[in-house]
Amino acid sequence: MTALALPTRREEDWRYSDVAAVASVWPVPAPERIVLGADEVRAHALLQDADESAVIVRDYVIEVAAGARLDFHLLNIGGRLGRVTFDVRLGKAAHFALHAALIGGGEQTLEVVTTVTHAEPDATSEQMIRAIMGGKATGNVLGQIAVAKGAQGTDASQSVKAMLLSRTATVNAKPELEIFADDVQCAHGCAVGELDKQALFYMASRGMDPATAQTLLLRAFVAGVFDGIADEAERERFEAAALAKLEGLA
Amino acid sequence: MLQITNLSNTVAEKPILNGLSLSINAGEVHAIMGPNGAGKSTLAYTLGGRPGYEVTGGSVLFNPVRHPRESGGPVAASELDSRVRGNDEAENRDDGGMIDLLALAPHERAAAGLFLGFQYPVEIPGVSNLQFLRESLNSQRRLRGEEPLSGAEFIRLAKEKAALLGLDMEMLKRPVNVGFSGGEKKRAEMVQMGILDPKLAILDETDSGLDIDALKVCGAGINAIMRKSDKAVLLITHYQRLLDYVKPDFVHVLSGGRIVKSGGPELALELEREGYAEVAA
Repeated sequence: MTALALPTRREEDWRYSDVAAVASVWPVPAPERIVLGADEVRAHALLQDADESAVIVRDYVIEVAAGARLDFHLLNIGGRLGRVTFDVRLGKAAHFALHAALIGGGEQTLEVVTTVTHAEPDATSEQMIRAIMGGKATGNVLGQIAVAKGAQGTDASQSVKAMLLSRTATVNAKPELEIFADDVQCAHGCAVGELDKQALFYMASRGMDPATAQTLLLRAFVAGVFDGIADEAERERFEAAALAKLEGLA
Repeated sequence: MLQITNLSNTVAEKPILNGLSLSINAGEVHAIMGPNGAGKSTLAYTLGGRPGYEVTGGSVLFNPVRHPRESGGPVAASELDSRVRGNDEAENRDDGGMIDLLALAPHERAAAGLFLGFQYPVEIPGVSNLQFLRESLNSQRRLRGEEPLSGAEFIRLAKEKAALLGLDMEMLKRPVNVGFSGGEKKRAEMVQMGILDPKLAILDETDSGLDIDALKVCGAGINAIMRKSDKAVLLITHYQRLLDYVKPDFVHVLSGGRIVKSGGPELALELEREGYAEVAA
């Protein structure tokens, strides 16, 4: 397979994607590389809010050397296709955290695809992903955790929760674990649900209009995703963008 | 204020209310008592507009809110949102401003002045009581054509009403009903009622899950907030004990989806003594 071959839905990590949209921008740019040296601590944040006709494919190849730590925050809300992928390799006692929210409406397809490889012992990883899809939107969360042979003491967690706002919205969530070591903790959880009807009626009974009630419940659902952004102005920018997108779905 | 005529409904296609009629005037407290399964909670939910409670017959007329403005005068009907006002012909009708409650969405019923006290208040993780109440109150005010309260005005109001019910303000900073004991949930409901200041409160088993002290506090709260000449209360209860604190003017027995007997406060005592089967027979 050449790097330039257009992906098809036969490939696992493109199975649920909008490959027709990808064709219009193929070939996509080479992956962005983020390399952390030993004991380096860094934070990255991506607010993907391209306009809704855009096709966005952002690939990250990340190496976190021994004892280093990378915190990545992602808000993925833009584009007809908004796809962000992470291929992460963790050295000894390295740490990688991804906190991501995907909020889509209309006919958007929004994706997060992660491959986190614990290549050496004692590395830790944490992924918290929240997806909210309305209209005819599709949200795809594919998360692979690979623990190499000998990567003892690995501690990996992945939490994916999704909310569907309409019968025509879709979320595909696919956790995948590949473990070749025996002293390993890998926690993963995945849930897809809809807004709590009892809560909606309770809020309406107090006079809250349905759009406000939905927005409040959804804000609560994604609350915490961006808490870890250290820069206050940056955190507020992410929260405001998420809220504006949520209000647009109500 | 509230006029229910021949109300019938179904829940999951099962008929529950069966030609229920009831009139409540401003300044009155009514109690509805009845055995399990009589349709008491169904009546409350139907009046509140809960989805799934299908009205199959009858009507419910309600006298909407006329909130005084700063000028001191009542809001002209034409300034109220037409949905809360009823319809555009409201000014020309001679029905004393009654609106068709059943035509309104649940949040519009609240804006018109209806409050539903829940037997089992709902927990909403991640949404604080203060946020919940401020959004609710301001939603109501927008629909009535009133200015929203500022943060400071709202906090002052919330503090006052929380103090009235002996609820710590810290509790109101916590998510709605999450981790609250049964008694705290009911107290919080009464604080909500105080802040929203409805015209008609329908309180579904507010006394369930309360110990004697909490019952006293909630009873006193209901009296303080709702015992007014321009307000009314419909208490739904199994037991006489709440009625020791909130004295009803009228007591009704609900059985088989309709009111089978009405009387004064003495009827509640008779029910307590002799049981529903005897009295409703």
